[in-house]
Amino acid sequence: MIDILVTRDYYFAAFLLLGIGTYVMIASQNLVKKVIGMNLFQTGIFLFFIASAYVEGGTSPVLTGSEPFVSPLPHVLILTAIVVGVALTAVALGMIVRIYAEYGTLTEDTIEEVRGSE
Amino acid sequence: MSDLAPLTVAVPILASVVALLAGLVRSRSGWAVALVASVAQLAIALQLAAIAFSEGTIRYVVGGFEVPYGIELVVDGLTATMLALVAVVSLGVLAYARRAGPRGNPFYAVYLLLVAGLSGMSVTGDLFNMYVFLEITGLAAYVLVASGDRGRSALAALKYLLVGTVGASLFLLGIGYAYIDTGTLNMVDIGSKLGDADPVLVHGAFALIVVGLFIKVAVFPLHTWQPDAYAGAPDSVSAFISALVSTVAAYALLRIVYTVFGAGFVDANELGTAILVAGATVSIVVGSLLAVSQSEVKRMLAYSSVSQFGLVVAGIAIGNVTALTGAVVHLVGHAIMKGGLFLTAGLLASETGARRVDEFEGLVQKSPVGAGAFAVLAFAMVGVPPTIGFAGKWYIAVGAAESGSWALLAVIVASTLLTLAYFARLVERMFFREPSVDPAAEPVADGGAETPESVSAGMYVSVVAAAVLAVALGFAVFGYGEHLQPTIEALLS
Repeated sequence: MIDILVTRDYYFAAFLLLGIGTYVMIASQNLVKKVIGMNLFQTGIFLFFIASAYVEGGTSPVLTGSEPFVSPLPHVLILTAIVVGVALTAVALGMIVRIYAEYGTLTEDTIEEVRGSE
Repeated sequence: MSDLAPLTVAVPILASVVALLAGLVRSRSGWAVALVASVAQLAIALQLAAIAFSEGTIRYVVGGFEVPYGIELVVDGLTATMLALVAVVSLGVLAYARRAGPRGNPFYAVYLLLVAGLSGMSVTGDLFNMYVFLEITGLAAYVLVASGDRGRSALAALKYLLVGTVGASLFLLGIGYAYIDTGTLNMVDIGSKLGDADPVLVHGAFALIVVGLFIKVAVFPLHTWQPDAYAGAPDSVSAFISALVSTVAAYALLRIVYTVFGAGFVDANELGTAILVAGATVSIVVGSLLAVSQSEVKRMLAYSSVSQFGLVVAGIAIGNVTALTGAVVHLVGHAIMKGGLFLTAGLLASETGARRVDEFEGLVQKSPVGAGAFAVLAFAMVGVPPTIGFAGKWYIAVGAAESGSWALLAVIVASTLLTLAYFARLVERMFFREPSVDPAAEPVADGGAETPESVSAGMYVSVVAAAVLAVALGFAVFGYGEHLQPTIEALLS
């Protein structure tokens, strides 16, 4: 068990982030914190991908000689995924601004109260 | 002619930029740009469909990087069907949206971006590329839902965004597992290498991708974003999204389950099939029950989608030629019928202000065209022959019987009755009850909704066209099924 924990620490870190992100999204009352949770969740997946590319003693993928290098493809994929994540965050924050203008609060329960009294 | 394949993505993206830029010069030019782009898109889609059905699969390698390193676009009969469906529905909704709104060039720019994302998801033959298009589709859909002018729209859109992102992220994680396992992202290539791969990783990838797409398809219990999003969005947007977004996600599910994992994997893994069957069964039954209990018409239609997509997933789970044909036919049929129903509900609301089930009493006197179209589409949804709703259910049910899934067959047949349960009460109210004359309620209903003048010819045309298509496609479907046969057989082999 300890053996697995020590040699697979990247993956455990990734899934810890996934768990924390999910928890924040569900448990937090504040909408901005929910978005932060969403970002943590995505970061966990990014870490998982990049850890999968890691090679023991690997260098950056520039063809210089015979030494092993880190697989470049996951890095490229994650670069794209990060861009998507930034776009999502921007859209989410835009919506939060609208919600704040409409209801005057960002706490879920209070919004429900305001909507209930409409 | 394979150069047409990338155009299905490029044309709407370019048009979306043009619409945005044109807005700087003339603020009302968005509709015209969107119309030109949608007509071009339809022409390309029909041309591709003609080639795909007559000469077989079209393959296009983007940028000259050979497969499996480059990104491949693949158009077979199934893809061509989806492309044509996206183009037809977007054109129909466009005719409706000119008067019904939301207006303005930014709206049409996002609208075209959604068309691009949906087309891209259909044509791509690369898993990561599909993830990117899934996110483009998602982003455009979130923005469109938020384009309603009330706080409710923004709140529904934010909820949709959070849940949708989790779905897309799980999908990405599943791709990660498949990539670690095989070292490639091309769907066909992964499919050929999964046989020698570590079964634990393959199962992990399958579970994550299926659950991620279940969220996008809105299978119970992962559907919670959907009713709020559909009910909170403007009428034209809920029609567009309900007709296409979940449909293309279900197409992606079909494509990945059979092209990447393959029929052999599905047959050999009882747990995988059990996930699909359980999702399907629970969705059909619970979706219908929730639909019956709704008092708001648009929410009822949204829960109805949960149930109908259960049927499609059932077709995917059964996995023989008949059932898969049924799944595709029902996807097309559901898009036409549900899109049409949302448009009709919007039309009725514009004409009479009726948005709740009780307010539908005697509506046929105020809006004969709208009530008639609604009734036709509702009966098509229930599955009254000869409509396309009947054809889809028929194929899936026969497929279930062929494979001996009797329990599933019972659920599919029962779904017809359940669908009748929530549509019959609306039709009965519209045609057989006297309108409730409540002088106190009248000004409120009119004050909240648009006046009768705000209904345009385009709105009538799109609503009637949806009703006519729902019936006419029912006659065309058996010929179409024969054309689709080679594609489905290739998928299963």
